[in-house]
Amino acid sequence: MKILVAVKRVIDYNVKIRVKADHSDVDLTNVKMAMNPFCEIAVEEAVRLKEKGVATEVVAVTVGPKAAQEQLRTALALGADRAIHIETDERVESLAVAKLLAKVVEDEQPGMVILGKQAIDTDNNQTGQMLAALTGLPQGTFASEVAADGDKVNVTREIDGGLQTIALTLPAIVTTDLRLNEPRYAKLPDIMKAKKKPLDVKSPADYGVEVASRVSLVKVESPAERKGGVKVASVDELIDKLKNEAKVL
Amino acid sequence: MSILVLADLHEGQLAGATAHVVAATQAIGGDIDVLVAGEGVQAAAEAAAKLDGVSKVRVADNPVYAHQLAEPMGALLVELADGYTHVLASASTTGKNVLPRLAALKDVSQLSDVIAVDSADTFKRPIYAGNAISTVKSDDALKVITVRTTGFDAVGTSGSATVEAVDVVVENSQSSFVKEELAASDRPELGGAKVVISGGRGMGNGENFKLLDGIADKLGAAIGASRAAVDAGFVPNDMQVGQTGKIVAPDLYIAVGISGAIQHLAGMKDSKVIVAINKDDEAPIFQVADYGLVGDLFEILPEFESKL
Repeated sequence: MKILVAVKRVIDYNVKIRVKADHSDVDLTNVKMAMNPFCEIAVEEAVRLKEKGVATEVVAVTVGPKAAQEQLRTALALGADRAIHIETDERVESLAVAKLLAKVVEDEQPGMVILGKQAIDTDNNQTGQMLAALTGLPQGTFASEVAADGDKVNVTREIDGGLQTIALTLPAIVTTDLRLNEPRYAKLPDIMKAKKKPLDVKSPADYGVEVASRVSLVKVESPAERKGGVKVASVDELIDKLKNEAKVL
Repeated sequence: MSILVLADLHEGQLAGATAHVVAATQAIGGDIDVLVAGEGVQAAAEAAAKLDGVSKVRVADNPVYAHQLAEPMGALLVELADGYTHVLASASTTGKNVLPRLAALKDVSQLSDVIAVDSADTFKRPIYAGNAISTVKSDDALKVITVRTTGFDAVGTSGSATVEAVDVVVENSQSSFVKEELAASDRPELGGAKVVISGGRGMGNGENFKLLDGIADKLGAAIGASRAAVDAGFVPNDMQVGQTGKIVAPDLYIAVGISGAIQHLAGMKDSKVIVAINKDDEAPIFQVADYGLVGDLFEILPEFESKL
């Protein structure tokens, strides 16, 4: 079966963000960007399914600016066979991304779509579920295990308080949680080879999808800073402070 | 305005999160209905009817809604959403799983993890792991919202809403429940606990997390962990506190052997009092801790437990 993997270009996991002085947004000028960590897990899972012989082809797709091709090349270096770049400079919301991906699903007819459960910039956690709803396919979100078996897949999900396993008919949409796998690093020869793999560039208009946002960003602020307190010298002092000063014991 | 709240269930009972979502709904204003969907959920419906501010509890009690699988739950919400201006759920794994389906099928955006209500169409929500707070305004006719429960104090339970059955039954041939493995624990649930004690990479291994047990028992605390501890395989992921785990805001948060990566701080920095125990006096966790104790956790924890 063919697997479609969606990836997103986001701020690097380790970068501390700054809010713009005019509070219009977060300042991403000259900030290191990378593939969203949950998307790395999605790519890894797709590649592993191919290595196991479950998948025959892995197609990576992204929606974003020209520079997002870097993340597609990373996906290709990690083992994806080809890539689709839906290029736009707009701030594309989850719903519009899901609509675009639904069109790609229609074109490509994958047996499974794997996405990260959330992107670490907007922290929305919506796209996979929206894609499932729009395509009429079942969803296995927050997956920590994916076991495909014939025309079904069992997905073990990280839920509040534990784990839940569900069985889905294929094709299905899967979103990844942290413990699904540990992504590999791309090797230099694979990075070189990735440059020659096919990468199609499309626009939202090619799919007839309107990407203008429905939600306006009124302002962005830094959260209230928490002031550091005091260092205590001993366990006795700590307990005394918690009892008599903070009054939480 | 007329608002529908999807109730959170935990093992068939009404989960504490719902009282926080109703509080967020009161901040918006308008009539509040609560939808309780599942199998054998009469008790949960009666509990929901007691939540202050709720006018009506709608009960969809049918095997197809058992375990609140996303496909039938989404379809049910689509059937019921007409006539409401807002549909809210908690940002639990159920709310996150189900609500985006409603939004997509109604062709509206969703606002996730709302922490404050400015007005009926303008809300605050954290982005970038809580390192920025965005104020967003939705122009959609139907607002679909998940609520971060730590942003709203729970409503009381002196209400007496009417309870009525919903007879909508949807089909589901795409997904089925196989099994659930819930952590058996007598401790309070991480999201709602008044005291949380969490261990990080500094705990060294999973076995050492037992050092937290006695303290948790004495304080009635839930036990959490940093992502580093989860990634290292010390403890299961459902204990994770942080951007990609649980968001907690207890009265007292004790961070043990946790350096304080921004992703962890995102999950606990709204706690009332933070205590950090770490051997590295430069650890960033001390910048947010009200009380810091520098030292070897393997000496400090037993002493702390014995003196509580």
